[in-house]
Amino acid sequence: MSQNKADTNASIQQPSSAKPGGTELSVAERALIDHEISLVPYRKAAVIEALKIVQQNRRWVSDESLDAIARYLDMNAAEVDSVATFYNLIFRRPVGRHVMLLCDSVSCYIMGCTELYRSLQQRLGIEFGHTTSDNRFTLLPNCCLGCCDHAPALMIDDDLYRDVKPMELEGILKHYE
Amino acid sequence: MNSQAGMETPLTQYIKGNGASLGLKEYEAIGGYTALKKVLQSMTPAELQQLVMDSKLKGRGGAGFSTGTKWSLVPMGPEAPKRKYLIANADEMEPGTFKDRLLLEGNPHQLIEGMILAAYAIQADISYIFLRWAYRSAAVLLKKCLEEAYAAGYLGQHIAGSDYKLELYLHTGVGRYICGEETALLNALEGKRATPRAKPPFPQISGLFGKPTIVNNVETLSCIPHIVNNGATWFRNLSSSEDSGTKIYGVSGKVRNPGAWELPMGTTIRELLEEHAGGMLPGYQLKGILPGGASTDFLTGDHLDIKMDFAAVAAAGSRLGTGTMIVMDDKTCPVGMVHNLQHFFAQESCGWCTPCREGIPWVEKILWSIEQGAGRKEDLELLDMHTKFLGPGNTFCALAPGAMEPLQSALKYFRPEFEKHIEQKKCPYANHTH
Ligand SMILES: Cc1cc2nc3c(=O)[nH]c(=O)nc-3n(C[C@H](O)[C@H](O)[C@H](O)COP(=O)(O)O)c2cc1C
Ligand code: SF4
Ligand code: FES
Repeated sequence: MSQNKADTNASIQQPSSAKPGGTELSVAERALIDHEISLVPYRKAAVIEALKIVQQNRRWVSDESLDAIARYLDMNAAEVDSVATFYNLIFRRPVGRHVMLLCDSVSCYIMGCTELYRSLQQRLGIEFGHTTSDNRFTLLPNCCLGCCDHAPALMIDDDLYRDVKPMELEGILKHYE
Repeated sequence: MNSQAGMETPLTQYIKGNGASLGLKEYEAIGGYTALKKVLQSMTPAELQQLVMDSKLKGRGGAGFSTGTKWSLVPMGPEAPKRKYLIANADEMEPGTFKDRLLLEGNPHQLIEGMILAAYAIQADISYIFLRWAYRSAAVLLKKCLEEAYAAGYLGQHIAGSDYKLELYLHTGVGRYICGEETALLNALEGKRATPRAKPPFPQISGLFGKPTIVNNVETLSCIPHIVNNGATWFRNLSSSEDSGTKIYGVSGKVRNPGAWELPMGTTIRELLEEHAGGMLPGYQLKGILPGGASTDFLTGDHLDIKMDFAAVAAAGSRLGTGTMIVMDDKTCPVGMVHNLQHFFAQESCGWCTPCREGIPWVEKILWSIEQGAGRKEDLELLDMHTKFLGPGNTFCALAPGAMEPLQSALKYFRPEFEKHIEQKKCPYANHTH
């Protein structure tokens, strides 16, 4: 197993100014969205960026957050939702403190991601698409993570783990509380 | 940058490996941004387009379309729209593909310089890198490198003292394989669902926000500075086949030394597998190869002497695709593997057109029932039928025909394995479950 730690601020962090699920966009969220709007020819072209900004801040996009984005961009909520639900990594349901993406594509299949999944299911007691009852992990399948020469691979938040063996999971998971 | 012809690795020779990347100072020290200065001082956009045309560079994103020809379709001159876009496709999500990651993480300035050159050639004034979400370290690096490039005057107004100006933005996607298809990518950048667009109009005429747009792959764009520095003839002579340049090849699966290597275009499958990937792991035999990612037809051990270039792989019945091959060993069930591929394609179908949206999930279910021992003889005919109905010309974009490539070739080369599953009412392989 080897690890690549991306030097980012974890993208999924505790909310700061806005109340999660608050009905209005915070001043900080508006400022970021305004910047995105300034880069595109019309307001609604910034909707994916707006969803990303709100999700970064609130960790998922509730119906109330979605409505707030729609109002701010002069769109209707159904239109925003049709975009939000198209993309795999916009979360329309609450996620745990850490999001785990397990690659289930072909090279990882050959190299044993099925075993890894079984082992994760046992350890966490959940299947793909679910969150542990202590809210610690959300487990999701993900397409090829682009490190097939080090399969099987998984990501937790912004960190990539490669050549992962089931027996190493325990040591990996304990970094995430 | 000149060593023995045929042994040169212009794209990767300065990549240090182990995750380290070249900063601006290091990149400049090895001749970085000299191509940009040279072009801005002494070449017209038309001359640069001609140079790339002469180099016979073909796109590395999968389809192998001539880069010079693609650029030549952009309206130029005083009558052309003022706003034009140049986009680097860094969405790399084709299962089995990990070559652009190497370039993005190892030498981001090479890509940025290639993008500025390409943008100049078509006189674009705005440029985007469309990066998949999962490439977190690449996102951090690219952000830093873009700041460096702006500060050094390679981006923004009056680039390198010339009249040319260009803004370059990093856009990170939110995850969908179809975003890599170039017209779907444009919709994603416009803030829409990433469904592909009808062609014509081609993006070169009406692309992002209705303006002329070029989308090129990361590896394609990374070649441009080297073509400018060393010339079209040099680039053509790098290869050992009809197609010019080097290629970043990769091998994954049960081999001793999986990895990616920059080699002359046209390197044989045998050399890749045996020399670079070190052959199969002990206890495993080669059974099949997907030569260029998930959406290419299987080849077998009979094809080892095929050259990995666009024409030779096509003549053997498959596609070069992304040039990163996936090796299937004798202990991996072909039905299980093809099911895994179809599961991916079913999930990533954008849902726009009916044959793909309905057909691939059906294929996936049939394969699953065969794998579980519940298959019927007629199922193989049903699968054959789908490979035709979802083939080229019957769907709105190339995703579905791509999905059918590994299926149709598995049915051709491994049909007895499918039949065995049906006759024995179980998977004959040990590790068959999901
Ligand atoms: C379903 C699908 C996914 C694709 N994904 C990618 C991708 O991730 N990266 C890429 O460069 N090209 C991808 N392509 C090819 C692009 O449509 C386009 O041909 C390419 O970016 C053009 O660049 P090139 O001319 O430099 O090869 C994909 C095509 C299809 C049909
Ligand atoms: S072939 Fe599939 S991915 Fe392409 S447009 Fe049709 S539904 Fe969408
Ligand atoms: S298939 Fe898992 S990283 Fe590529």
